[in-house]
Amino acid sequence: MLLIGTVTVSWYLAVGAVLFVLGAVCMATKRNLLGVLMGVELVLNGANMNFIAFGSKVLRPEGSLGLDGQLIALFVIVLAAAEAAVALAIALNFYNNHNTVDVDRANELNG
Amino acid sequence: MDLLAVAWPYWHQFFFIIFATIAIGFGFGVLLSKNVVRMAFYLVLSLGSTAGLFFLAGAEFVGAMQLMIYVGGTLVLLIFGVMLTAQKDFINMDTHTQDWILATIVGGSLLMVLLFGAFGAEDWRTPQDINDAHVSATKEATPLGLALTGIRVDTLGESTDAVADGKSGYLMPFIIVSFHLLVVLIGAAYMARTKKLSHATDDKSSRAKLMLFKMEHEEEPLEEAKYVVTHKGKSALNPLDPNDEN
Repeated sequence: MLLIGTVTVSWYLAVGAVLFVLGAVCMATKRNLLGVLMGVELVLNGANMNFIAFGSKVLRPEGSLGLDGQLIALFVIVLAAAEAAVALAIALNFYNNHNTVDVDRANELNG
Repeated sequence: MDLLAVAWPYWHQFFFIIFATIAIGFGFGVLLSKNVVRMAFYLVLSLGSTAGLFFLAGAEFVGAMQLMIYVGGTLVLLIFGVMLTAQKDFINMDTHTQDWILATIVGGSLLMVLLFGAFGAEDWRTPQDINDAHVSATKEATPLGLALTGIRVDTLGESTDAVADGKSGYLMPFIIVSFHLLVVLIGAAYMARTKKLSHATDDKSSRAKLMLFKMEHEEEPLEEAKYVVTHKGKSALNPLDPNDEN
């Protein structure tokens, strides 16, 4: 424990970065439409982690965002819920019309 | 918190490492699992331990909201979606190998850049003294709620005229996000409603086409009058058919 030192903002940023990259790769590689949605959720959580870290008075007593970071994180959570509702409705519509949730089959708008 | 800090000075690091390991580990589980049901469960655990990290950073209210809205709401919605579309062919879907290679290269370089940025700034790396008086547990929910109604009690003391506008509350975004939620809920309910295929023969949708294809390739030719088309895409025997032997 002594080797790793005190928890700083950088640690939180690192965890957020890993979650962001995992979500982005998940969005890019999954063929299931719901898997893509789960990737979006991971990305939004990775971004939220940064807001919380910069807004935390425990990690940075001086120069923290204060309540602004937490408020933005709350807005992100609410918008993620709204996004999930709409995306799920689109996914169900796609499934009803095409009998599949494979995003590779959604190529009707190809130019 | 103080008692724990006195008894064991490394509790913060300990819990941070536990929560971060769970979050990242099950994030990898979401990425690497092929089964969509397991992906949903791993995502629950990953987001739950993210809420634990929020608690550790002193954002108790946001952590509680993360648990309630994300884990309790959004993921239940996702799991409903998984259940509604969980057909045999779509539970396990393989990713193409070239997609994996490309995504690993791009994701790895993105991770390098982000980690370089995260540990690059001296200010973010250096731990600050967290034993200051103003770090001790403060009530967060009341200032947050007041900020959403346009009053910033947390910045009253330091607010000068020059920055007073910038330190105003979040009433406008709150109203916008409220209307956004209303519109989204109406739109989602409208889009996800079940539609009845009353005229399946001239419908262009591929589900109707598939059904007609199935009906044409049955062993015996079917009399269309004996069948009703339900919105589930199955053909069922018409109970009102007078020619029905039953």
